[in-house]
Amino acid sequence: MPARTYEADVLIIGGGATGSGVMRDLALRGITCLLIDRKDLNAGASGGNHGLLHSGGRYATADAETAAECRREGDILKWLAPECIDDCGGLFVAVEGDDEEFAGAFPEHCRVAGIPCEPLTAAEAREREPDLPEAIMAAYAVPDATIDPFRIVLENVGHAQRLNDSAYLPHTEIEEFEISDGEIRKAVCRDRRSGERVEIRARQFVNASGAWAEKVARLAGCRDVSLLYSKGTLLISNTRVTNGVVNRLRLPDDGDILVPGGTVSLLGTSSVTVEDPDGIAPTIPEVDRILAEGAAMLPVLNETRFVRAFSGVRPLLKAAGSETDGRKANRGFALFDHEDQGLVNFATVAGGKFTTFRLMAEKMGDLIARRLGSAEPCRTAREPLPSGEALRWTEPGAAARDWFRRADPADMILCECEMVARSAVDTIIADAPGAEDHMSLKAIALRSRIGKGACQGAFCSMRVTSYLYDRGVYDSPDGLRLMRDFVKERYKGVRPVLWGAQMPQAELAEILHCGLAGMDLATDADGGDAK
Amino acid sequence: MKRGHRRIETQLAVIGTGIAGFAASIFALKRGLDVAQFGHSGAMAYTTGYLDLLGVHGQRIRQDPWAALDELRRDEPQHPMSKLSNPTIRTAFDGFTDALCDMGIGYTKAGEQNLSGLLPNGVAKPTLSVPKTMLPGIAAREAGARTLVLDFDGLQGFSAKAFEVNFAERWPALKSARLTFPDMENRQVFPEVLARSLENRATQEALAGLIRPLLNGAEYVGVPAILGMHAPDEIRARMEHAIGATLFEIPTIPPAVPGIRLRECFERAFPDMGVKLEPQLKVSNVEFGRSGATLFLHGPMEDLEIEASAVLLATGRFLSGGLKSDQHRLSEPLLDLPILQPDGRQEWFRHEYLDPRGHPINRLGIEVDSAFRPVMPDGDPVNERLFAAGAILAHQDWVRQRSGAGLAIATAYAATEAAAAMLA
Ligand SMILES: Cc1cc2nc3c(=O)[nH]c(=O)nc-3n(C[C@H](O)[C@H](O)[C@H](O)COP(=O)(O)OP(=O)(O)OC[C@H]3O[C@@H](n4cnc5c(N)ncnc54)[C@H](O)[C@@H]3O)c2cc1C
Ligand SMILES: Cc1cc2nc3c(=O)[nH]c(=O)nc-3n(C[C@H](O)[C@H](O)[C@H](O)COP(=O)(O)OP(=O)(O)OC[C@H]3O[C@@H](n4cnc5c(N)ncnc54)[C@H](O)[C@@H]3O)c2cc1C
Repeated sequence: MPARTYEADVLIIGGGATGSGVMRDLALRGITCLLIDRKDLNAGASGGNHGLLHSGGRYATADAETAAECRREGDILKWLAPECIDDCGGLFVAVEGDDEEFAGAFPEHCRVAGIPCEPLTAAEAREREPDLPEAIMAAYAVPDATIDPFRIVLENVGHAQRLNDSAYLPHTEIEEFEISDGEIRKAVCRDRRSGERVEIRARQFVNASGAWAEKVARLAGCRDVSLLYSKGTLLISNTRVTNGVVNRLRLPDDGDILVPGGTVSLLGTSSVTVEDPDGIAPTIPEVDRILAEGAAMLPVLNETRFVRAFSGVRPLLKAAGSETDGRKANRGFALFDHEDQGLVNFATVAGGKFTTFRLMAEKMGDLIARRLGSAEPCRTAREPLPSGEALRWTEPGAAARDWFRRADPADMILCECEMVARSAVDTIIADAPGAEDHMSLKAIALRSRIGKGACQGAFCSMRVTSYLYDRGVYDSPDGLRLMRDFVKERYKGVRPVLWGAQMPQAELAEILHCGLAGMDLATDADGGDAK
Repeated sequence: MKRGHRRIETQLAVIGTGIAGFAASIFALKRGLDVAQFGHSGAMAYTTGYLDLLGVHGQRIRQDPWAALDELRRDEPQHPMSKLSNPTIRTAFDGFTDALCDMGIGYTKAGEQNLSGLLPNGVAKPTLSVPKTMLPGIAAREAGARTLVLDFDGLQGFSAKAFEVNFAERWPALKSARLTFPDMENRQVFPEVLARSLENRATQEALAGLIRPLLNGAEYVGVPAILGMHAPDEIRARMEHAIGATLFEIPTIPPAVPGIRLRECFERAFPDMGVKLEPQLKVSNVEFGRSGATLFLHGPMEDLEIEASAVLLATGRFLSGGLKSDQHRLSEPLLDLPILQPDGRQEWFRHEYLDPRGHPINRLGIEVDSAFRPVMPDGDPVNERLFAAGAILAHQDWVRQRSGAGLAIATAYAATEAAAAMLA
């Protein structure tokens, strides 16, 4: 099979916040990029995080520098990308039994980091968040906000694509670099669906592969990147529990933060050092522990219905003492130019936070622009992020609002839990990043809320699949195989939260997927994998 | 207004209006028992309409359900159907399909072999008895006959195109097309609404008129299951005549017409047959006394107290409310019957969704003795007058085994026989 080939000024490896941020940063400087991801956008930590746009309060006690960085970046993003952000505010709350000294020192740490911090009485705190318990020891208000991590990454890529010939290729995994005379000549990749070989020539190569950055750097022979993998697990509730972010005011531990995200809330998070960033999934003991911890701060969580759990891996830079406890690792980021590794057109950016992706991209952008001889400055700290029509379906509640506003009876709802209409799917198929490529149920779900509501894909997987057949997007039993892959994947996050009100849902889902769609008996010939 | 209060006396109180509950009432009537049945809308409105007996055993699709039952008795002696002989199961199954035919919904009689029932995505499932409206589709596929499958604008989750594409390799003479259902332009349409509008002759004619020009030599025409609610066989015959091709139905995703049909057919026929049926009332409490049980129900206007000599529990699983769980344990909410279960939920579900062994939780449920009486952990019956049947029973996985209706019918039969014997 001959290889497919591409050429760009810059190849960016990794379609998370950082890679998409670099793509937009460079496109704004007039540089053409090709962004690749071995899976799809937000397949890594950027799609598996809390969505907290940190005020910095969380780090104020341990790491004033990171805290201040978060605050500055948070302000910039609130200003330039308001569509992606819910400026809901946040509380830090200490409950009975928490360390009083730690709580008492909090305002001073915030002051040092430049974070506005307003002390509240217990009554004031409960006025903001009525579900807080009576026994509050201390409470402070900080400017925490939430960010829709899917939306902003899609917007970054969408904007870059509109700016110049920058492009995005999903399912493309870097496997090897061809290097001669201290320069990478081309990247040899594999299309993970077709198995095709893909060769990409570029002048500069950017490694923004998050938790995989060490592995990717090693493919280029660079041994200077050293990461710690910290797995975190989060629980998603069926409805929004609090108005704003609620943080437990103590040293970071499991079940400390509840973050709203549109019409749902996310509770987390654990921190477990793992050997390998691949193959992680939430476990039942983790979920139970997070819930027990969370309920100490917000007892209402004991009665809350959770629909899914998920895990992500934080790419942390190794630091003293961090081998055993990921929470001690540096939350800052580092830029590696790899020149001391003998390469002049390769660079890695790793570590950091979602909140600081723009700054990480700026530093990388400065380096790459300089290397390419461009004097264009970074514009992402001034230029608002425009929003694309096809990219507004990821926020919980957005599709429903849109559908009710338009009130078009012919625009059928494909996903009833999240009110995702055909028209939304149509715009995604037409215009969302990756649309040049083949759109599958999974790709559409990533770009919308499909499969993320209470039924967790029982009905919408079938409805959307039918619709994709109708539209001719699917034209073979492959569509059934993709539906099967989708529900198998979804299940991993559903399993640990199956009890109570989710049990009837799970039962119905299995009846539909097995009894009605025959997924458990499918063989290759009819859209499954052979047994 | 003062709340009413009503007392009913009956020999057998059946709790649950799923297939097991309805089957139990039918069998009890045949035995000459006085029956009262209670339930609320449950899983039945969801079924495809197919009556499975045993389609999968040993993780393989089985052509011969009777031979598979023989193996089941050997491999899974605790399975509820393993307590019954093939002739008993056949008697039960035939009794149920005969009753359906008498009530006006034609079903095929159980044969020696499973049928390959068609499903909405262009896959098939092994089942034993199908509504007569669905049989020709199975024949058409087997013969590879020239067939046209239709779907409708605004009908979700049913794609004739998907059906065509996925069957294409083995059924090349299958074609698909889309129609706008008469008077249902530009809107979402639901199978139930289409079925009710097809009760009307003018709509039948209008639809037939739309189908005819599309035939292009097709001998068979497949439509989603919408051919009326009360007399599907008549409607099918009439429309076939008007179209000039053999017409058949294909199940849709729920809520689906074939299940609603069954439910409405029972609700219509049962009062005349002498069953005291309350199809929209939950039993909230049961108390056992020396000579029987008292059931308590709270309707919107009145409270009901039922004095029954025997009780048959057919309340299904989680979907129907027959079982519940918290974060750590399963329970049976009505009578708090014991459930043998592992510690904690770690072992409820396997790590892989489609693990061919199925999830252990699906095999947890109510343990019964050979007379289908729920038992205590020591094996003694909870109460001499309490019987259980259907999906609530332990040691079965009806979804994976493709045995939903068969399990419900066979165990309902056995439980009713045991109750009748106790009452005699
Ligand atoms: C549980 C959890 C909660 C968090 N909560 C927050 C929070 O609330 N606020 C906050 O600011 N930050 C949070 N973070 C941190 C934040 O999510 C990450 O720092 C950030 O998303 C990292 O983005 P990234 O683009 O660098 O990496 P990633 O998002 O991991 O992107 C890397 C991409 O590279 C791709 N890739 C890997 N190998 C290859 C290859 N060989 N070829 C091609 N592509 C490849 C991957 O598929 C992946 O998509 C959280 C992290 C976790 C795990
Ligand atoms: C989507 C779907 C598709 C299916 N497809 C097929 C198929 O193709 N072939 C097949 O053979 N079977 C199929 N079935 C299975 C079949 O319909 C039955 O679910 C199964 O046979 C179990 O029947 P059951 O009567 O034991 O339980 P259920 O059908 O679950 O009925 C239990 C009943 O008990 C009632 N109940 C619960 N608690 C109380 C209470 N306290 N008081 C009063 N009433 C109560 C519920 O309301 C319900 O009516 C399907 C089921 C579903 C959901």
